[in-house]
Parts: sequence; C-alpha cells; structure tokens
Amino acid sequence: MAKRIIEVKDVVTRFGDRTVHDHISLHVDAGEIYGFLGPSGCGKSTLMREIILLEPLQEGMIRIFGEDICGLDHDEAQALRRRWGVLFQSNALFTSLSVAENVSVMLKEYTTLSARLIDEIVALKLDIVGLKQGDGLLYPSQISGGMKKKAALARALALDPELLFLDEPTSGLDPISAREFDALILKLRDMLQLSIVMVTHDLASIEGTLDRMAIIDERRIAAEGTLEEVREVDSPFIRTFFGGELT
Amino acid sequence: MARFEMKASSRELELICSGLWDVHHLSGLQERLAEAVYSARRKQVVFDLENIVRFDTAAGLMLWRLRRQLKSRGIAMQIRNAAEDTGRILEMTRTHGHPDAVYSVKNYGPLESLGRFSVSVVHDFIGILGFIGHTFAILAAIVIGLRPMRMKEFLYQINESAIKALWIIALTMFLVGVVVAYQSAVQLRTYGANIFIVDMLGISILRELSPMLTAIIVAGRSGSAFAAQIGVMKLTEEIDAMRTMGFDLYAFLVVPRLLALIVMMPILIFFADMFGLLGGMVVAHTELDITPMMFMERFEQAVKLKHFWVGLIKGPFFAVLIASIGIYRGLAVKNDTESIGINTTRSVVEAIFIVIICDALFSIVFTRLGF
Repeated sequence: MAKRIIEVKDVVTRFGDRTVHDHISLHVDAGEIYGFLGPSGCGKSTLMREIILLEPLQEGMIRIFGEDICGLDHDEAQALRRRWGVLFQSNALFTSLSVAENVSVMLKEYTTLSARLIDEIVALKLDIVGLKQGDGLLYPSQISGGMKKKAALARALALDPELLFLDEPTSGLDPISAREFDALILKLRDMLQLSIVMVTHDLASIEGTLDRMAIIDERRIAAEGTLEEVREVDSPFIRTFFGGELT
Repeated sequence: MARFEMKASSRELELICSGLWDVHHLSGLQERLAEAVYSARRKQVVFDLENIVRFDTAAGLMLWRLRRQLKSRGIAMQIRNAAEDTGRILEMTRTHGHPDAVYSVKNYGPLESLGRFSVSVVHDFIGILGFIGHTFAILAAIVIGLRPMRMKEFLYQINESAIKALWIIALTMFLVGVVVAYQSAVQLRTYGANIFIVDMLGISILRELSPMLTAIIVAGRSGSAFAAQIGVMKLTEEIDAMRTMGFDLYAFLVVPRLLALIVMMPILIFFADMFGLLGGMVVAHTELDITPMMFMERFEQAVKLKHFWVGLIKGPFFAVLIASIGIYRGLAVKNDTESIGINTTRSVVEAIFIVIICDALFSIVFTRLGF
C-alpha cells in the first residue's frame, strides 16, 4: 500500500451556527494528484486551509507526513510548513519584488546558500515551470495572468517541497493556458516526484490530471475515489457536475 | 547533515557521500568539497552517491557547479552509484539548469545613484508642473462654463479635507499660542515690557505661524489622504474604469480636491489665527496680568490689518501646492503595494518642503514690497 501523506479523520468545522464539514474523512497517498471538488461554498478551500495550518482545526484529526497537526509547537509547525508549497488562487505574488526575488525569498530566508547558487536554483525553477530566464527580472505587474500562475508555482517549488497545494490553479486562465498548466502539473509530478492536492472546478483538469478525488457536498464526503468510481455514485451534485444536467 | 568521506588511491580520490543533500543542509558544502579535492591533489575525483538519503535539485545544481569549478582546474569529476531518484534529479538539473543566471539586484555606485536621483527630481518637478498646468486649464474651462463643475464632489471634499481638519488645527494653534506666549512672557517681564507680548504674538501668529502650521497639518492630513486614496483607486483599476466610462479624471478627482483646498485654506488660516491668539491671550492674562480687554485694545493699535492679509493670501498658494503634490503622487502609484507607501510618504514630505520654500519666497517678496 502506498504511503499516506495526508490523513483527514472526522473533521468538523463550524462557522457560527453553520456547519461546513460534518465528520469528513479522507486520505491522500504519496505521489498522487488528489482533488477536492464540490459546489461553491462547500468548504473545499476551508479544508485545504485547515490542512496547511492557515485555519485552526476545530474538531477531528489531520495527519500530514504522519504528524498530527494538533499540538504542534511553533518550531515543529515551521518545519512542517517548509515541506509543502502552496499556490494560491490569486497567486499572492509579492508585488514589490521581481519574479526572481519572489522565487528566491524563501531560499534567502531559510538557507545560507551562496547568492550564485540561489540564482541558479531560481533559474532552474523558472525553467521547469516554463518561464524564460529574462522573465525573472520582470515584476508581477508586468506579466500576464498565465505567467503569474507559473511564477507563483515556481515560488511554491522553491524549497523542493514533497507536497504541493493548488487552490483553483486553472481559474482565470484561458482554456489553452489552463490545459498547458495541467500538462505542467503532470510533468512536474513526474519530474520532482511530488504529491499534489488541488481544489478545482475545472472539468477538463479533473479528467486530465486527477488520480483520485473527494467530492464534498452537503457537509459530507459524497464520494471518494478515481473518476470512474466517483461517477458511479448517485448524488445530485455529481449528476449535475459530470452529467452536465442542470437541476 | 550532508556528509562525505575521502578515500584516496594513487590515481584518484573517492568521496563517499551520505546524509541529507538538500537545500537546508547544503550551506558551505561546495566550498568544503572543493577544498578536500584540492588538498588531495588528484586529477580524478569520483563521487559515490549510494548512501545519500535525500538529494534535491539544489544539491544537483551544486554538484554541477562544483564540476565546472574543478574542470577549470583540470580535475575530472565522475559520479557513480547514484540511486534512481538521485540520477533523475541530476539529469533534470543538467538539462534545465542555467549556469549563467544572475538575478542579484544591481547596486549603483554613489555617483550613479546621485545622477539617477537628480534625474528623477527633475522628472518629478516637470511632471508636477505639467500636472498643475493641466489642472488650471481644466479649471479655466469650468470657470468660463465650458465644463460642468462637480458640485457634489466639491462639497464632499470641503467637508472631508477641510472641515474635519478644523478641530485638530484649532487645538494645535491654541497650544502653539500658549507655548510662544509662555516663552516670551519670561523674557518680556525682565524688561517690564509686558504689553509688547500682544505685538509679538499678533504679528508672528498672523503672518507666519498660522499659515505655516495650517499648511503642515493639511499636508499631513489631507494631502496624504489624496495620495493614498487615488493610489489605491489606481491599483484597483477604478481609475481605468472611470476612463472607460468617459469620466474625466481631472473633472472628477482633481479639480474638486484642488478647489476645495483653495477655497478652504484661507478659512482654516483665519480659524488658526483666532485659536492661536486665544492661547496667547490666556497666557498673557495668567502670566503677565494683561486682561483680555487690554489685549484687544493693544491689538487694535499695534497689529496692522496688513499682517492678517499677508497670512491669509498665502493660503490658496499653499493649497495649490499641497493638493497638486498629493494628487500627483497618488497618480504616480504603480502596480504594486509598496509604491502606495512610498508615494504617500513622499506626498507629505514634498508638500511640507515646498510649502516652506514658498513661505520663504513670500517673506522676501512682502518685505521688498514694504508689507
């Protein structure tokens, strides 16, 4: 059996009176591309934010790399954070830094490598996400949406993480760029032996990239498994989403 | 940790590598490896990577760097026993690497920095001058009725940037009046020249202190608000949205702000005069036994009306400078968050600086003209 990289068990999340997650359990294996799907407002992003330690976990258990995220002290949490990279929906590039500086910011903060080696690491990361070397000198305001995504991805990969979180990576991209981005994700997974967790709505990227997925609907996991397995499950959301039928 | 052991034979040096070779554990490793190779004085080095636990792209790039470094000294480097993952990363870093990449920010020398700074100052000066010119052209068009005046915006700005500033100006000037009167009271008393405090306060507050301090407060309060607000509007593309709707930037954003300050600045100065003198009057009464009645009487005799007008006339000039610099700085915001901070700060610093220069010019001109 493959190594479980993320394990979510009986997670309950409430905002005020509203319950978003009601005993949600799922797991992500090492090396797979896993998707969180569901109607908007179902708490996909919230679940991801809980896993990456941006939101406090209210109830239940989350294990990541085998470590329980409850009761981590500050140093342990920091060490854990360095083992994954996050690509935010709005890219969250630092606008006052150039693309290359955005990629190198973690390297400069957390390592004492020489400036020349850092430059080479940055150049490699820009290369593998498909940016040109000269693009590194540009600022986020000077580049297109697709390039920003790639730059943010290069930044997420700066420290060679084992795990990558992508929040709606293809939203806001045109269909051609979106498919290119999917291909890039697959290429990087093989190249760097990454595990990838993404929140997505994009049907084409669900079909093209995901190994397994969890569908969160009505506060619970409506279905979990491969695309074929999920399609078999009878649920209004799944019928609408995959069947193209409007309710 | 990233570790290595040396094993030297007659012809070659073998480095048995082990441990974590990743971005967090590479610090100084290239130097240590190079040192070890040089000290062994062999023409051939073999890296045995079999026992490496983790090997990432940073380590791969570092090894290729080392290889180039050794090659330039005539030492051949070989890699053996790389595990599958390590081999994959070595291959990837070789094909995707860019040995000549340089992203370090260029640092300019002192002379070049001075040159660049001077050019930017000239640019800004010309820019602000052009901006003021354009604004007045629009203002003229409004005055002769070619363009409509945006009354709602104008009145809103009068409230926001002037009326809401009244209390802070009143408080500041009252305290300044108290401080100046208190300091002078000690000196005047030793000469028995108590009554001259009225002359002193009257002239200094009306002519200099109240226009100047009002301008500084308005620059800090309203000028910076102009810069920040317009800067954010630029960042969120609101300005572009207005342009596409055919709304003229100058008519909607610039003229109402500028005109509001031009109209209100003299009123604020008048207000500042009153509170400054009130502060002085209180101290004159408590420290020098000059009753408010005596103060008023002396004021009428000693302080000529021209001093009041000299102070007031500066108002619109200061207003033009403060508003133009604030709005110009707001429009100069580029597409990043840092430039909002920079431009807001600069709007205040530049406005205060220019106001002081302008005040100095007024002093010279009024003195020459005999006012």
